[in-house]
Amino acid sequence: MIPASLPPAGLPGLDPRWSRLVDVVDREGVRRSWHVLDTTAARGTRKTSAEPAGTLLCVHGNPTWSYLWRHLLAAAPPGWRVVAPDQLGMGWSERPAEPRPRRLAQRVDDLGRLADTLGLTGPVVTVGHDWGGPISLGWALDHRDALAGVVLANTAVHLPAGYRGPTLIRLARSPTLLRTVCERTPTFVRAASAVSRPPLPAPVRAAFAAPYRGAARRTAVRDFVADIPLDPTHPSAARLRAIVGDLPALAGVPVLVLWGPSDPVFAERDLADLFARLPHAQVHRYEGAGHLLPEDRPEAATAIADWVTSLDRPAVSPTASLPAGRPGRRRARTQPRPADRSLWSALEARGGDPAPAVVELGASGVRRTVSFALLERRVRELAAGLVATGVRPGERVALLVPPGADLTAAVYACWRAGAVVVLADAGLGLRAMGRALRAAAPDYVIGVPRGLAAAQVMRLPGRRIASGPLDQASRRALGATYGLADLARIGRETTAALPEPDPDAESAVVFTSGATGPAKGVVYRQRQVLAQLGALRATYDITPEDRFVAAFAPFALYGPALGIPTAVPSMDVTAPGSLRAAALAEAVAALDATLVFASPAALRNVVATGGALDARQRRALERPRLVLSAGAPVPVTLLREVSRLLPAARVHTPYGMTEALPVTDISLEEIDKVGPGEGVCVGRPVPGVELTVSPLSADGRADGPLSDAVGVSGEVCVRADHVKDRYDRLWVTERASSRDPGWHRTGDVGHVDDERRLWVEGRLVHVITTAAGPVTPVGPELRIQDLPGVRAASVVGVGPPATQVVVAVVVPEASPGRPPHDRVGSSGRGAPVFRSRSVHSIMGVADLELTDAVSAVAGVPVAAVLLAPRLPVDIRHNAKVDRAEVAAWAEAVLAGKRPRRK
Amino acid sequence: MRVLVTGASGMLGGAVAQVLYERGDDVTVLQRRPSGLPCREVLADVTSVDAVRQAVRGQDAVVHLAAKVAVTGPWREYERVNVAGTRHVVDGCRATGVGWLVHVSSPAVAHSGTSLVGAPAGPAEPRTARGHYARSKALAEWLALAADGPSLAVVAVRPHLVWGPGDTQLVGRIVSRARSGRLALVGSGAALIDTTYVANAAAAIVAAVDRCEHAHGQALVISNGEPRPITEIVARVCRAAGVRPPRRRVPFPVAWAGGAAAEALWAVRAPAGDPPMTRFLAEQLATTHWFDQRRTRAVLDWTPAVSLDEGFVRLASWYAGQA
Repeated sequence: MIPASLPPAGLPGLDPRWSRLVDVVDREGVRRSWHVLDTTAARGTRKTSAEPAGTLLCVHGNPTWSYLWRHLLAAAPPGWRVVAPDQLGMGWSERPAEPRPRRLAQRVDDLGRLADTLGLTGPVVTVGHDWGGPISLGWALDHRDALAGVVLANTAVHLPAGYRGPTLIRLARSPTLLRTVCERTPTFVRAASAVSRPPLPAPVRAAFAAPYRGAARRTAVRDFVADIPLDPTHPSAARLRAIVGDLPALAGVPVLVLWGPSDPVFAERDLADLFARLPHAQVHRYEGAGHLLPEDRPEAATAIADWVTSLDRPAVSPTASLPAGRPGRRRARTQPRPADRSLWSALEARGGDPAPAVVELGASGVRRTVSFALLERRVRELAAGLVATGVRPGERVALLVPPGADLTAAVYACWRAGAVVVLADAGLGLRAMGRALRAAAPDYVIGVPRGLAAAQVMRLPGRRIASGPLDQASRRALGATYGLADLARIGRETTAALPEPDPDAESAVVFTSGATGPAKGVVYRQRQVLAQLGALRATYDITPEDRFVAAFAPFALYGPALGIPTAVPSMDVTAPGSLRAAALAEAVAALDATLVFASPAALRNVVATGGALDARQRRALERPRLVLSAGAPVPVTLLREVSRLLPAARVHTPYGMTEALPVTDISLEEIDKVGPGEGVCVGRPVPGVELTVSPLSADGRADGPLSDAVGVSGEVCVRADHVKDRYDRLWVTERASSRDPGWHRTGDVGHVDDERRLWVEGRLVHVITTAAGPVTPVGPELRIQDLPGVRAASVVGVGPPATQVVVAVVVPEASPGRPPHDRVGSSGRGAPVFRSRSVHSIMGVADLELTDAVSAVAGVPVAAVLLAPRLPVDIRHNAKVDRAEVAAWAEAVLAGKRPRRK
Repeated sequence: MRVLVTGASGMLGGAVAQVLYERGDDVTVLQRRPSGLPCREVLADVTSVDAVRQAVRGQDAVVHLAAKVAVTGPWREYERVNVAGTRHVVDGCRATGVGWLVHVSSPAVAHSGTSLVGAPAGPAEPRTARGHYARSKALAEWLALAADGPSLAVVAVRPHLVWGPGDTQLVGRIVSRARSGRLALVGSGAALIDTTYVANAAAAIVAAVDRCEHAHGQALVISNGEPRPITEIVARVCRAAGVRPPRRRVPFPVAWAGGAAAEALWAVRAPAGDPPMTRFLAEQLATTHWFDQRRTRAVLDWTPAVSLDEGFVRLASWYAGQA
């Protein structure tokens, strides 16, 4: 037996005052000494101090120790006590001398006796990581009266039959390896802290290994691995089964699951399993983090503290229906028309109508026309087929089908069956799309053969359904159980009833562009999508007589819901910039369309290829009454050129985002009328939308109370019935974005003028914090872009926060008379070539003439004007400049030395 | 107020004395050569204990600028003037009951050759300071600030790359080399560099005299707070002087090696004038260094009155007057 001891002094981040040794008699009557981290110990032993608001009881896994929770002890919520024991045999607790390993049941019992000795009476929130998860849950289930909440991080509770356990654990458990890897050598101990992303500093890794020096101190590490009940006859299997079986008892207890998806031990299936057993859990996935989540994302400690604090307020379950309860929801909104009980009402109303609903165009004209009658019948059959084959309301269906009649039918069939469609933009690229779709954890994947192949590559979960004809061999290879045709046939024969429309049912998970970090999933409920349709109808006076061409992803699906026909032009869906003027004209001609919805990238190429139109195509483009350019900022010059190509159309551009669209709208005439200003004028709120700002503080944060004051710059906040329900499995992000109840924080910075028009000044994360106060980039950028010889400009901050200087990065116009290199102040020769991801060689420091011209119009002091051949833009819209990357590049260039490659 | 200014024959020392004099302070200046200033003048060397003691006696405040500013020469010279000279001033102040001492230092005392991006004024560190000048000034700053106490309030100010009309150091060298076609930029020429227009530096030093009670014990970097790429600074100086800006560019490793060679040569036998390049200079020209000015401005209750743009206009008109 080795008794408990205090950890050595000087371990990074560990306050020695937290450490205490506690003696507890275990159920066999043996006195055991524990090492416990306890925030109360640090406050002294005064008994006079008030009862804590609650206690966080943190249980580590194997082979870590309570050190894992040091960030949480440091970030303890006000009034809360944080207690983190080292399990017996582990950390600095006693190494019991016993013939048999300590089993799960005994560890749960140990924890209970320790908690009793420490005097934890509740409310208690348990926190468990790794195999500390089941132990903490065991305690939680045994102490329901004291339990206020449950936090789990990268853990698993259920080992399904035939499941061989996480690969690493399996390896460590093989009899020959177990002793060598876990006990005789510190291999497992060292490996546990080696998987951290980003890598842990050496002193922290040393601290994790410190209590496990020498084989005698590692016995429990081995036993712990051996105690994982991989088969039903294992001594701990029954206790684990009991814990799993009791989990439904936690239905009324708030649960927070924090997850690092890049975990070689616990995979997405374990998260899915937890979520299935605790469906009310709030989840946050830290994209890029791994197994040692508390190390990989120290800010998770703040999230836990924040979550615990939020428990004091009335619980808001993620599935609750909110509008009535949300404060401030007083003003009248656009109500869905009575006919719009559901997203398929308008389609149903046109059942039997032989008029075209969806027209697909190929390279040589119309490829396929599907009538309303056919579409309505197809949707009904598919929906019935989905239900008959087991799709349940609320289950998620990822769709990897290009825009067209098949996608439209599949989406409406999913809705009709009560399922949630998961739609990722192919423009994200396979990697980012895979990350996004895995995060959404679809139960089903409907895909064309190429889509199903991609689903394999992306390692998507879910049963596969093939769209389009596919032979048996390929179908097997792609893992598809059914094809859509099978489903339709099953649907025709089934008697299964379709669910009643539920306005609160979730309808869709869509994704942000990921221009700043990984793409985020955004959840919409049916009533929110209906409200979006209502907002579109009201803003653009859409009537049943309209017909539209949609080259803009989400809107391409809205035709049936609006009850109007849609033409899908021939283009490469992964590249919006591939839409040619002739293809657009053919799509317009196919329906004699009145509305055109497209992205700026698409419109840019339409304008560029306008010269190739023949007379008939030109005439076709004279027909539409409205062109909508949505999805990214639109240069006014482009809008003017669009207007010339479609002379009868009013040119409008809505402002909004994946989380809320449209928010405002402006026409080309109004843009011309208002003229330049501090930012981009995006117009007035559309019907049903309220706008306000959260003013910027001097250090560039938006943390003050919301303000309706004219001309005050701040984070733009939106309230409307068509704002997203929430971010998907991103509890921390959701809480930050909706911290003003009822309002969605957009992450954009702007101000409202005296005519209620919104001016967007940039992204909040791109605000430059100078010693003189915050500077927003868009206003200066627009003025610099207006200079002769300048094609594009980006304005960024360089230097530490609150003392940054403003740097303008300018892309010069290449003119035959004056090569762009001519703008370089001193010879560009010899200048190092910088490549930081997609930025590009520096051309140099601008000459004095351009520098002076930029300084004269910028409106803010400019420290340097740099020339670059192009700016980095996002893949999806090819329009949003990644200013963070520009700033990193500019900082490296201005440091005078070659920047490190990313 | 009775104020002694040492090193008033230099551009900055002269400007400080002038400001003090014009606002009505009783100013004495101490330097080796006549300053041409309309104040009481002591012609002496700070290396002379007695002369310094004599000059500080009866002063309310002392502004100590006298220093050997160069890129070559033996260490003992720097030590004699910059370290021992400062010790004489500090000792003199303490012995004669002077209340306030403003020690004029340099950001180079805390610069170990790395990039400084919006940096605070780090601690002076002779062991890592680059070159004899910086090392000796670091020791001098240590001496000066160590003397800060209840009877003597000491503040160290570090003006960064001071320039202006009549400047023989930065401006003078750029212009004369550009004229003779010997000027080249080191590295990309994009390194962001802080500079200080002379009137601003003088005003900040005078502010330090006035705010000594608040600022004592601290080292404060002084700059215009308008960093610019080195290319732009050189180009603007050349334009103000009416000379062609440099077109040549020397990669940093070449300049550094050349600097090392020149230093070795100058150490063996000193040719006339300064070497064309030193390692310190190569680093200074190729490495960004600009500073966080918030603390300086708050502590001194001072902001630069002359912008860089205005400074270059004044420089141009000064060169026009010279022609």
